[in-house]
Amino acid sequence: MEVDWDKRKGWYVMAEEKRVLLEHADKINPEKAEDYIKVGGYKGLEKARKMNSKDLIEEVKKSGLRGRGGAGFNAGMKWSFVPPAEVKYVVCNLDEGEPGTYKDRIICEKNAQALLEGMAICGTAIGSQKGYIYCRGEYPFVVDLLRNAIASAKESGVLEDFDIEVRMGAGAYVCGEETALIESIEGHRGEPRFKPPFPGVEGLWGVPTVVNNVETFACLPYILTNGAEWFAGLGAAKYPGTKVLTLTGDIENPTYFEVPTDYLLKDVIYKLGGGIKNGKKFKAVQVGGTSGAFIPEQNLDTPIDFDSMGTIGAALGSGAVFVMDETRDIVDIVTRISKFFEHESCGKCNPCREGTFRCREIMEKINAGRGTEKDIDNLLLLAKVMKKAALCGLGQAAPIPITSTIEHFGHEYRRKLLQYA
Amino acid sequence: MANYKDIIAGCKDKKGGIIQAFHALQDEFNYVPQEALEEAARVFGVSEAQAYGVATFYSYLSVEKRGKYIIRMCESAPCHVAGADQVIKAVEDYLGIKVGETTADGKFTIELTECVGQCQATPVITINSEPVFNVSAEKIPEILAACN
Repeated sequence: MEVDWDKRKGWYVMAEEKRVLLEHADKINPEKAEDYIKVGGYKGLEKARKMNSKDLIEEVKKSGLRGRGGAGFNAGMKWSFVPPAEVKYVVCNLDEGEPGTYKDRIICEKNAQALLEGMAICGTAIGSQKGYIYCRGEYPFVVDLLRNAIASAKESGVLEDFDIEVRMGAGAYVCGEETALIESIEGHRGEPRFKPPFPGVEGLWGVPTVVNNVETFACLPYILTNGAEWFAGLGAAKYPGTKVLTLTGDIENPTYFEVPTDYLLKDVIYKLGGGIKNGKKFKAVQVGGTSGAFIPEQNLDTPIDFDSMGTIGAALGSGAVFVMDETRDIVDIVTRISKFFEHESCGKCNPCREGTFRCREIMEKINAGRGTEKDIDNLLLLAKVMKKAALCGLGQAAPIPITSTIEHFGHEYRRKLLQYA
Repeated sequence: MANYKDIIAGCKDKKGGIIQAFHALQDEFNYVPQEALEEAARVFGVSEAQAYGVATFYSYLSVEKRGKYIIRMCESAPCHVAGADQVIKAVEDYLGIKVGETTADGKFTIELTECVGQCQATPVITINSEPVFNVSAEKIPEILAACN
């Protein structure tokens, strides 16, 4: 096996990454279209423009590309639902708010032109001349970078009549939900809409709109250039391609990696991540951001792809990998997470607004040593209600860290309960 | 000081651009003053109540006056386990104010924030949205003293 000197941290890691989106990271200027063109950029768009819309969508479908924002929906399929209309929009979701996630920032900082090319390919497929990038308010420097990148691409003529505008959010996690994001671009409070109608039919300003994640768009140039079959053959069969992961927490090598989607979770932690920090033992890992499940050691031998993660009750989500060592207090961490959801709940629907409030309240009670078995029962019941009744993914996923830790780390809860104190 | 009317007028061609106008106002004033909020409502054709609803929905927008330097402490899980609690206490002790408050000289405001997407170097604070990496309670006096 090849071993590479990792300049970022100054030690050796196994060269097990598969870099597609990040192949030219730090070797090209992401703002400059010419740099990107020199390494084969904008060839995919050129090819897409020569195809008819139906064949192009078919090609993307055939590649098996599934949404990288967390829901894992087949991208070509999503596009195929767009009905004929005079005006349509392509919207890029760059509102990555899942704690522990920064892969979309990395993709922009290393390869912004691939995102622009991907959006233009989508525009070609669905017949749209206008794209919006909704960038989270925490990344004003990425907004500047993207505006320069767009200006450079426009100047070089590669985008032709496809326009891209960057809009900046203002610190609301819920705006990562596609209809809340649309509301925010329209200048409203970022509250999710009822679905259906889905954005593909009735989205931004009421017209058909395709919303995809940064990473999804950035895959498209490579799919078009190398062919759908090439992409379909990368990584896991049902969730092909690569995934950019970001490692945080008690890990020796807290950085980003791009791996094939059949890569094992244990290898993410022990090979690429260099193992647990300071020689400590592993306790848990939370994958996919703060709404993800906590995964115990016995489930680490699982590929990271969407469906494999589903079989162990977890989700790939955004690709954040948050590692906790043996000394970490799971109940304390989940209490903090429950505060996050209370803060980020938009308040539109009752199950989420009240549910996240009560989750936080009960978690604080248990964490302070004042809880009882009844509180755990109540949490599980509340979780069930929220999962079924909340309007959007935020409220539905908010209890997952709680239920997954009660399942796998129940002893940590019980040792804090009153009756066992 | 720039005129808030000019700032808002600079965004009026952006459809639904009231949030972008609020950002532009905050770049100048660090908050959205009442009269600017009323003007933005008028320019974008929404009621003042709606404009206020938008300005108060988003954590990064404020209708209250804030300091020249907005110090935000990330308290999401990765920063939490890396010691965010001690860092925020050090910031409060150094400035002599609590989270949500502004120093009497109008120089500093402390806010809590959720993940700022710089989790490779936790814990993280931001100073006017510029991230500062791998902070610790010990480093806080030096970091804040450099804000002039």
